[in-house]
Amino acid sequence: MGETVQKPTVPEQAGPPAAESTAVTREPLLEVDHVTLRFGGVVALNDVNFTLYKGEILGLIGPNGAGKTTCFNAMTGIYQPSEGEIRFRGERITGKKKHQITKMGMARTFQNIRLFPEMTALENIQVGADAHHKTSVISALFRLPRHRREERDGLEKAERLLDFVGISGRMHDAARNLSYGEQRRLEIARALATDPVLLCLDEPAAGFNPAEKEELLQLIRRIRDQGVTVLLIEHDMRLVMGVTDRIVVLEFGKKIAEGLPAEVREDHRVIAAYLGVPDDDVA
Amino acid sequence: MTSVREWFDSGRHAVSERWHNGPRWMRWALIAAVIVFFYALPNREFYQWLGPIPTTGSNFGHVLFTVSIYVLLAVGLNIVVGFAGLLDLGYFGFFAVGAYTVAVFTSPSSDLKTLWPWMLALPLAIALTMLSGVMLGTPTLRLRGDYLAIVTLGFAEMIRVAATSSEFLKGQRGFNQIPHPPGSYPDGKPIFGVLDPRPYYWLVLTLIILVVIGVQNLNRSRVGRAWIAIREDEDAAQLMGVPTFKFKLWAFASGAAIGGLAGALFAGKQNFVSSQNLELLNSIIILAAVILGGSGNIVGAIVGGGLVAYLIERFRGIEFFGIELYEYRFMLFGLVLVVMMIFRPQGLVANRRRAAEFKDRRKEVIVGG
Ligand SMILES: Nc1ncnc2c1ncn2[C@@H]1O[C@H](COP(=O)(O)OP(=O)(O)OP(=O)(O)O)[C@@H](O)[C@H]1O
Ligand SMILES: [Mg+2]
Repeated sequence: MGETVQKPTVPEQAGPPAAESTAVTREPLLEVDHVTLRFGGVVALNDVNFTLYKGEILGLIGPNGAGKTTCFNAMTGIYQPSEGEIRFRGERITGKKKHQITKMGMARTFQNIRLFPEMTALENIQVGADAHHKTSVISALFRLPRHRREERDGLEKAERLLDFVGISGRMHDAARNLSYGEQRRLEIARALATDPVLLCLDEPAAGFNPAEKEELLQLIRRIRDQGVTVLLIEHDMRLVMGVTDRIVVLEFGKKIAEGLPAEVREDHRVIAAYLGVPDDDVA
Repeated sequence: MTSVREWFDSGRHAVSERWHNGPRWMRWALIAAVIVFFYALPNREFYQWLGPIPTTGSNFGHVLFTVSIYVLLAVGLNIVVGFAGLLDLGYFGFFAVGAYTVAVFTSPSSDLKTLWPWMLALPLAIALTMLSGVMLGTPTLRLRGDYLAIVTLGFAEMIRVAATSSEFLKGQRGFNQIPHPPGSYPDGKPIFGVLDPRPYYWLVLTLIILVVIGVQNLNRSRVGRAWIAIREDEDAAQLMGVPTFKFKLWAFASGAAIGGLAGALFAGKQNFVSSQNLELLNSIIILAAVILGGSGNIVGAIVGGGLVAYLIERFRGIEFFGIELYEYRFMLFGLVLVVMMIFRPQGLVANRRRAAEFKDRRKEVIVGG
């Protein structure tokens, strides 16, 4: 099915001109190579196989329990695949530590927000920015020049990102005191602070109203325009159709479809999966 | 009850507000005043005006020294428990390693017969404690919270048993004639003698100030942020690029080094170190002090450590309806702890980044993401 994707076109739903100008280069960034992942008897991922190309926005969709989050967890090093392997920028990431994978340029957000609740919004982002800092404990203890320089850079970056996601006003508030929507944005900013090549968003619009969703859509496009490749898990079909270049569909741990949004939308297996036709003749 | 608490909270709030919004010089002036107060405290000319504050049952200077050692220990343990959220139940073990290192290398009763001066043994004591922290931490810090608590408890107990039963460590007979820190007055009399406890107290006080400056520098850096992030959500921290194991080990090692320093100072004043100095209870007292003061907060640790050590000594020699209060000090202490945990779980000096370790066990298992 992947072969049908020759020339990804702009999603037909109205989007800003920015999305049109982006030509997707066919350079593989992330290769999920026949990955199977079992939890005891549960096969959470079953021979899942797809490639993410540099510069695109790929949607990962599927009904509840399809294995989308598990796929993220395997990519970011939380779980090791039982079979198959995952390559990022041409390198095997199986067996690498989580923080090493982050340093290679992969960042993520969480379906259930996982900020550092007692730290301020600014500090949360600074933690992300520290990913590439080299200040040693000794250097920090005596406030040596490297510490000062990196501290200044990290602060600047954090302020810029707070502004980028639109929550500058909450800079010094503890993350737990931010509104739900602000927390979601803060998670994105924190992930961006690690300077990712690939940003993985796990249902970033969950619980948003249409206006907030539209804002988020704009944000995702702006992130892509900065040269970051985006992998997006999302339940809302309209949102996915509106922003992604390509879509991979999972059901019960298996990939059931892959292609342009328009194609995927017409795919009878996808329709069946979302409407529950096979198990349910009443429909 | 509620209204009293509200009144208290609003008062505290106003103070903190004024503290954070007031001019910079005012903050420095206040800190300077507090420091001067504590330097002046052991002088009779000064403390005789302080009413019931000086202890009656024992020499106030000695008490202040003990209190200052506890403060140092609380500051050290706060890095481990308060910042990094690692439950260390055997922190006093590091104190023991520090004290015994000094004893073994300086005392004439030691089999080594090296008879080093105190000053030479001090850096070695700190280095060895740090090393023991790294050795204890390397296998255990990969484990989650509960295991760490048990292993650290075992570590302190192991040190105690070794000190009690090993021939080399002299058991209850201990090491005597441990030399004092160097230095003499112009008239040739040593500064650090047997009779006057004040110089020791001043020495520890000075070191506390230096240690606090260092800890504060760490706290306001990448290192401190990594510690808090680990405490709040270890997996998320690692996924944001924090090398969690490395920073947990640093927390453990720096905490250990401060504990070792305290032990070396204790040995330098006490002249005598034996296995009787090593009670499990000490680890618990320091931990309780940190939590009481406000875990994760340097000022809280100082207040907690100081208050707990001071109050325990303050009970000495006080009779209440014919009951010697000192005998019941730990019962009263436990009572205070229980009351605190009910009414003010965040500790005396509340912290913006209150420890999540005790309220939130969610991070123990990673599900879904
Ligand atoms: N740690 C785990 N242990 C056991 N089973 C797990 C674990 N994590 C996930 N699973 C199972 O794997 C399957 C896929 O779960 P996953 O969370 O990846 O789904 P999802 O597509 O993200 O669903 P949702 O849309 O609800 O977020 C589910 O059946 C889930 O119960
Ligand atoms: Mg999910």
